Amino acid sequence: MAGIGGAETTGKKWGWGLLNAVVVVYALVPVLWIVSLSFKSSKTLADGNFIPREWSLENYQNIFSTSEFTRALINSIGIAIIATAIAVVFGTMAAYAIARLDFPGKNLLVGVSLLIAMFPQVSLVSPLFEIERSLGLFDTWPGLILPYITFALPLAIYTLSAFFREIPWELEKAAKMDGATPGQAFRRVIAPLAAPGVFTTAILVFIFCWNDFLFAISLTSTEQSRTVPVALSFFTGSSQFEDPAGSIAAAAVVITIPIILFVLFFQRRIVAGLTSGAVKG
Amino acid sequence: MAEIVLDKVTKRYPDGALAVQEVNLEIADGEFIILVGPSGCGKSTTLNMIAGLEDITDGELRIGGQRVNEKAPKDRDIAMVFQSYALYPHMTVKENMAFPLRLAKVDNATVEKKVKEAAEILDLTQHLDRKPSNLSGGQRQRVAMGRAIVRNPKAFLMDEPLSNLDAKLRVQMRTSVSRLQKQLGTTTVYVTHDQTEAMTLGDRVVVMRGGVVQQIGAPQFLYDQPANLFVAGFIGSPSMNFVPATLENGALRSVIGDVTLTDRVRQLVEAADAPREVIMGIRPEHFEDAALVDAAALSSGGKFTHQVDVLESMGSDKYAYFNLTGEQAASAELQELAKDAGSDDVPGDGIPLVTRLSSASGAVEGASADIWFDADKVQLFDPSNGRNLTYTER
Repeated sequence: MAGIGGAETTGKKWGWGLLNAVVVVYALVPVLWIVSLSFKSSKTLADGNFIPREWSLENYQNIFSTSEFTRALINSIGIAIIATAIAVVFGTMAAYAIARLDFPGKNLLVGVSLLIAMFPQVSLVSPLFEIERSLGLFDTWPGLILPYITFALPLAIYTLSAFFREIPWELEKAAKMDGATPGQAFRRVIAPLAAPGVFTTAILVFIFCWNDFLFAISLTSTEQSRTVPVALSFFTGSSQFEDPAGSIAAAAVVITIPIILFVLFFQRRIVAGLTSGAVKG
Repeated sequence: MAEIVLDKVTKRYPDGALAVQEVNLEIADGEFIILVGPSGCGKSTTLNMIAGLEDITDGELRIGGQRVNEKAPKDRDIAMVFQSYALYPHMTVKENMAFPLRLAKVDNATVEKKVKEAAEILDLTQHLDRKPSNLSGGQRQRVAMGRAIVRNPKAFLMDEPLSNLDAKLRVQMRTSVSRLQKQLGTTTVYVTHDQTEAMTLGDRVVVMRGGVVQQIGAPQFLYDQPANLFVAGFIGSPSMNFVPATLENGALRSVIGDVTLTDRVRQLVEAADAPREVIMGIRPEHFEDAALVDAAALSSGGKFTHQVDVLESMGSDKYAYFNLTGEQAASAELQELAKDAGSDDVPGDGIPLVTRLSSASGAVEGASADIWFDADKVQLFDPSNGRNLTYTER
């Protein structure tokens, strides 16, 4: 019996291992392909080799030589950071209220924010375009930051309220008994414990803003506020006959780097079990 | 340090549920008082109202002669120890203990001094720089105590502070809590569902049931003179035996033998205007092996012979368990007690009886034994309302 059971689990492990490998390869091959493309020179670009025959930094030099990409990079970073900061601050407050307080209209608030998250963004693009044009927000940073905050807030509220619910309520009661005002209890006890949740949310919101293409292409028209995903689609070769694939690949690699850095940097702070030891067990 | 007065304090939830009903309690300065009762009896709600964590619906709460109903917890100057300890996980032991002082804007030197003192009292000095997650249950419990004592509050509130410790540590901590309270002389309100803690720790015990105070008194008084069936069944371990009985011309008839009431008991019963059908309560230690009782006592007490169901020898005593034929004593109080003990769904016919016999007893499991009981120690209860018919203020 034990032998059969053992064989079964080994078989299962292999099965899962294989499945995982397939998924990882499926996800990573295109990424590696892009990386490979970005290092090929324009002559060998279309040779179909997975490993470049000659390595070159030509594509990277190209994209950084014009303001088209660098300006877009600055826009992307600025817009994503501002939108993330605002969404996380408001999200934290809203999530805390939802997790801790009973107030009239609480369910309505949660419902509405869920509704916003579910709403097909594409149906909002045309009205937003008209609104922003008449308000003078079209093709400006706030013109992108505002819709990003709107769509990131539900996400932030949901993630954060789950984190707040995990924090034992007794800690707050204890802080009150120890002489803290509600504000002090939040700042000195609840907020430090919610930090991993806040960072997780920040990463998710940042990635959402960073990756957005739909709003960015609809609500911008010039380099002034165009973000990287959009700028990529406007890449052209130096001549009409040149394929911009190399530059696009290089730019794609460059914009992936901040995301990886962001995750790696905050990963240390997302320590599971930070609240262990607060209460029994 | 201050006295705490609860004047008809009532808690009613918005949905109309009455959690605590008109509790009147005067806690003297420096007194150690225990609120005890089964879960849902309102003891924790009462404590939270004293703390200020729950609003008082009706009545007045005074601490040190001052009405504090409307004051926030932080303005009441009382400290609380929680069942879960509620230590701040991101702070070290030292920071945890210093937290109330920091909030009170006490200067650094004083904070250091007070934390050091508290750590010495609680034997935590070598753990000051550790985080709560690296501490054992007993150490965490002591840190929670330390956080309460550092700022010399007017009163301590403790919400089942020992119930998360294992049995051996609980006994040990029980004595140190008691010693600490005597040493500091701070008014303490202690909530527990454990009647042993209630008996051993408190100057006075408040027994609650369904949001209503059943009886307030010194532990021994509650044990000897329970005001009703509920207190009688709740206080004492193993608990009091209850047997249905009939009063007839000064005699008491039941399945454990007929006895003539002693003069003391008869006078009380007559004064209380007792009904004919009563519930007789008798504690395990008031039984004895008939062979070990002298002739004079034997004739005045009750006697029965029955097969011993289970016999447990404790060395110093023997506990003999019987299962007598007959209908169990029935009342709302007893049902609730059985439910609290988790024995309400244990199937069983007949009347269970626990007796504590001398270790010299020759009782054998499975064999018949002659058992005597002291007629003067019998307590009689009214089955309709649970009132103790033999209660005296003594």
